[in-house]
Amino acid sequence: MESGKVYGVILAGGVGTRMGNVEKPKQFMELGGKPIIVHTIEKFVMNGEFCGILVLTPKQWMKHTEDLIRKYVTKDERVKVIEGGATRNETIMNAIAYIDGQGDLDEETIIVTHDSVRPFLTHRIIEENIRYAREYGACDTVIPATDTIVESMDNQLISNIPDRSKMYQGQTPQSFRAKHLKDIYESLTKEEKEILTDACKILVIKGEKVHLVDGEESNIKITYPYDLRVAEALLGGI
Amino acid sequence: MLNAVYQLKKPRQFELVFKDITFDEEHIIVRPTHLSICNADQRYYQGNRPEEILNQKLPMALIHEAIGKVVYDPTGEFQVGDRVVMIPNLPCEEDSVIAENYLRSSKFRASGTDGFMQEYVQTTADRLVKLPEDINLTVAAFTEIVSVSYHAIERFMRTAHERRNVIGVWGDGNLGYITSLLLKSMYPEIQVYVLGLDKSKLNDFTFADGIYLVNAIPEDFQIDHAFECVGGNGAPRAINQIIDYIRPEGTIGILGVTEDNAPINTRMMLEKGLRMIGSSRSGREDFVNLVDLYRRRPEVVDYLENIVGEQVVIRDIKDMSRAFEKDIHKLIGKTIMVWEK
Repeated sequence: MESGKVYGVILAGGVGTRMGNVEKPKQFMELGGKPIIVHTIEKFVMNGEFCGILVLTPKQWMKHTEDLIRKYVTKDERVKVIEGGATRNETIMNAIAYIDGQGDLDEETIIVTHDSVRPFLTHRIIEENIRYAREYGACDTVIPATDTIVESMDNQLISNIPDRSKMYQGQTPQSFRAKHLKDIYESLTKEEKEILTDACKILVIKGEKVHLVDGEESNIKITYPYDLRVAEALLGGI
Repeated sequence: MLNAVYQLKKPRQFELVFKDITFDEEHIIVRPTHLSICNADQRYYQGNRPEEILNQKLPMALIHEAIGKVVYDPTGEFQVGDRVVMIPNLPCEEDSVIAENYLRSSKFRASGTDGFMQEYVQTTADRLVKLPEDINLTVAAFTEIVSVSYHAIERFMRTAHERRNVIGVWGDGNLGYITSLLLKSMYPEIQVYVLGLDKSKLNDFTFADGIYLVNAIPEDFQIDHAFECVGGNGAPRAINQIIDYIRPEGTIGILGVTEDNAPINTRMMLEKGLRMIGSSRSGREDFVNLVDLYRRRPEVVDYLENIVGEQVVIRDIKDMSRAFEKDIHKLIGKTIMVWEK
């Protein structure tokens, strides 16, 4: 069943503080001769289901992002650069506000939110995000945890070791019925908004169903210099 | 764009690598949807090629029979969403005499260059042919091998003398089925006899004028021309049997691939004045003409549906190995990978 418009929401809010001596935000670092964010945007451009692809970035990097899109990405009217918010969730809310401004926000509108620094996203992951968001209202891309997860309440002693077979590592995309997410977010108190930094967590805490989508080990987030080395190794075929 | 390419690293081991695709004004991007496994892919997968060839060609993405959907076309030739069959032959030069599939400079997917086991395929407009919207997708997936038979028949008909009352097709596998079916469909006036090893397989050749087991051919059986669609170790025996049963000045079309040289009865070949035509692969014209045949003669597609074998949904690298392993154990039929990877 075809229903509701689908928007890609690429979150490029990072300012790169974890990237060692590198000055540029990590999404602008080059991988295989192109900025990381360009690879990510291109993967969204390949999917015809998106009626809009919103790239949310800090105000001071908006022009730079637009220049990169013009330089590298095919001319595609669907790609728009808009200003991000102070937090991840505020950034997502800015995207939803933009969609609302376009007259496209209704109960069935889907957003596929994705970290700009995960350029190894695949066609299948996007397709399944759209499918599960339509079917269940929300979904989160995960891979089974390979390392044992250890919990420590005081950062000194182990308080719990959960059963690894029930543990997953969260990736992105995370996808939602946009209006529903907005309504729930707006119902949170200021304190709740500060604590609940993950959009899926908001839904889970409010008792909403969030379906799992199989991620890929290769769908890495390029956060540290080490990750960039891994990413370059994945590009061994170039 | 970082494109996921699933390469065979060594026999029975697939590996994911990423290769960058840069958008430009002449290349179209296609999302593969249905891939079909060929014996040539199996020879790499099982390591049945000489070691130096494996070392030279792997790692490489397999599969040269596939269809997909256009997702990006700056040339305006196609609409986004168009179903297309992808042509694996990649000519690097034009020649007014030699066909594109015989030019030694041409590249071929899954034989020295990456095949279609990829997230997206970047190619040029001339390497794509639009499919009818209502075509059976599992049949369309193996259009390439059908185009090879189409090409071989067209080529054969330009050479074989005009007395074409009876033609024998040796081989009861996929290639024999496809070649005899096309021959009968394109030239209904010709009596087509199929000769093979397995009675139960031969019984499926219902469109043929007759079927014979190769060890029980009537003594008075004669043919004007023949196609060899056996290949492998059985090819020499098939070719020599054809030489025995063919009438003088007949033409033998050779389609089966052998790894070793085939000893043949050249004395009788000379005495009968026979012609032998080798045929391999196909070119754009064959794909265009075949897709037109599918459009005009939907019963051909219906017959081809009989050889659709296992359909394996591919979401994972493990599924790729599963599809290839299932394909090894099939009796007949084409194994189709429904590509969701």
